[in-house]
Amino acid sequence: MADTAENIIEVRDLDYSRGRLEIFKGLNINIRRGDVTAVMGPSGTGKTTLLRLITRQLVPDRGHIFIDSVDIGTLNQKELYRLRRRFGVLFQNGALLTDFSVFENVAFPLREHTKLPNRLIRHVVLTKLHAVGLRGAADMMPGQLSGGMARRVALARAMVMDPDILIYDEPFVGLDPISMGVIVRLVRRMNDALGITSILVSHDVQEIASVSDCTYLISNGKVAASGSPTELQNTQSKLVQQFMHGMADGPVPFHFAAPDYEEQLLGRDVEQ
Amino acid sequence: MFRDLYLTFKEFLRTFGAMQLFFLRLLSNSPSIFVKRFNLVVQQVYNAGALSLVIIMVCGLFVGGVLGLQGHANLSKFNAEDSVGTFAAFSLIKELGPVITALLFAGRAGTALASEIGLMKATDQLSAMEMMAINPLRRVLVPRFLGGVIAMPLLVAVFTVIGLFGAHLVGVTLLGVDAGAFWQQMQSTLEMGDIYEGIVKSIVFGIVASLYAVWEGYNAVPTAEGVGRATTRTVVLTAIAVLILDFMITAVSI
Amino acid sequence: MQQTRSVELGTGLFVLLGLAALFFLTTQTTGSDTFSGKDSFKVSARFENVGSLKDRAPVAMAGVTIGRVVSVRFDPEQLNAEVIFEIDSQYKQIPDDSDASILTAGLLGSQYIGLQAGGSEEYLQEGSEILFTQSAIVIENLIGKYLFKQGADSSEEEEEEEE
Repeated sequence: MADTAENIIEVRDLDYSRGRLEIFKGLNINIRRGDVTAVMGPSGTGKTTLLRLITRQLVPDRGHIFIDSVDIGTLNQKELYRLRRRFGVLFQNGALLTDFSVFENVAFPLREHTKLPNRLIRHVVLTKLHAVGLRGAADMMPGQLSGGMARRVALARAMVMDPDILIYDEPFVGLDPISMGVIVRLVRRMNDALGITSILVSHDVQEIASVSDCTYLISNGKVAASGSPTELQNTQSKLVQQFMHGMADGPVPFHFAAPDYEEQLLGRDVEQ
Repeated sequence: MFRDLYLTFKEFLRTFGAMQLFFLRLLSNSPSIFVKRFNLVVQQVYNAGALSLVIIMVCGLFVGGVLGLQGHANLSKFNAEDSVGTFAAFSLIKELGPVITALLFAGRAGTALASEIGLMKATDQLSAMEMMAINPLRRVLVPRFLGGVIAMPLLVAVFTVIGLFGAHLVGVTLLGVDAGAFWQQMQSTLEMGDIYEGIVKSIVFGIVASLYAVWEGYNAVPTAEGVGRATTRTVVLTAIAVLILDFMITAVSI
Repeated sequence: MQQTRSVELGTGLFVLLGLAALFFLTTQTTGSDTFSGKDSFKVSARFENVGSLKDRAPVAMAGVTIGRVVSVRFDPEQLNAEVIFEIDSQYKQIPDDSDASILTAGLLGSQYIGLQAGGSEEYLQEGSEILFTQSAIVIENLIGKYLFKQGADSSEEEEEEEE
């Protein structure tokens, strides 16, 4: 295990359950500074939940999350909000504010948090929009954008406060191959050019493999495997093989837990 | 059976308590938002008030007209058609003005608020703000709540005055009641206390209608169906609460 | 920027309209401005029966409101009602032998005090008492008497018919 200075985020023995459903049980994750770290797992393993736990929109039942060695469970609201300014989050569908134009969406955090003059805000916003290639769309409304464009605008907005950590929630879902390629390139370029740390939640194996430095595979509330993409490819674990190659049946069963098929068809389970 | 009843009651109490706490949080954040982010409040006064103005004025005119017709038809049996003005003014200022305006407000502005906030929640806009270290309660909810609270008494006043002119139009212009008698009788019978009662009602209804709209939107299940249900609940709950409160305030002030 | 300007304009218009409506309601629909009660003197009068006279009921002379009732109370010693009312101090020359009666505005209207000028050279002032008073006409009593008489008449008729 790497020492603390190298890890910007550490998740320790995390338990979280929703109602009676246990989502995480003793989860441990380290995220290295400056890396693109991917979190993968079958649908319903709580990948998005993990992001919400890291940003403390949700509170874990047990366990700790350290960001730069500070336990975020000990922060009060004001400190938490100060911490959150270090994050940029890209939501699954962009989560752009529908009432505002693209320009105002990107300018929104600046207007809320700073008293910069309009000229400077304009300068910063246009720079960020240029970085995602959408300077020309500044006056459009979110409703007029395609899914890929909306996500790029959201990326510009996530970066406008110059965060240390960028979090992407399912950035590749529902995109055509070209938009997908654009986003993959952007993730890598932002990370390396700005020296930030990126966390990706996804289940698109190919894209993750091409972009991530380190990948965690989560299953049954625990880390099932971790390592670089090539290490994962070569793991003997059946679960990892099933996931990486997209096989229908395996350790993650095709059938959802159900009573015995024959018994149920014959109606015996009702009689009992 | 009793256990179900108990659980339902407990759930009701819990929701009720949560709403009171939510109300307190809105109130405690209101003064600073009102001072620091006045432009946001102005925007919401526009949304809740100015945009409801047309429907309020049209309805006020016709409600007043009906009061003129009914008042004249019934009072003329006692040769007291000069009291049409008094009759219309009493009904409008004390009851119909505040109540109908509150119901129209729930239908026009309340549903708009609930669905807007519900959609912002369903599309992660509120979470996104939270992650930009912007408190959605202060940035989104409080200005909308304040906008509704400020707009309602003004809407009630506009509704009532337009209603009086509607009654005047029907009673005086159409049915020939003497204009002097119409206004003079009204002025000699109405007291400031009657108008205060109307103002108190409009303020209370404004708080209730805005609170329900914001609450339902904020607590909507974040799906298309959930947002639809939230808007329906806004109208139903506001209507029930307004009518119950109207009875209580009237009972206290008589 | 153009959009925010129109929002501000709309809001301004709306608030102005609302305030104008409120102003109209408070000043034009009540008659409270006919007598302010600021500069006034208090006068009392005793009545056998005040009917349904209430506080703040108008006091009128020749049909013009010149004051308001301040209090209506029962006097347990003299077994009658003492009414105290205030009169605008600009009316200083009301003879002190004027008489006060409780009248009804219209058939079913509210009750008020009407003053009828006397001929004295002395004028009412702070603390004066009006000695000549006429009680309220209680409409129930009138109706009662009328019905009683009618009842007596009709029962006679019925008796006649039965025969």
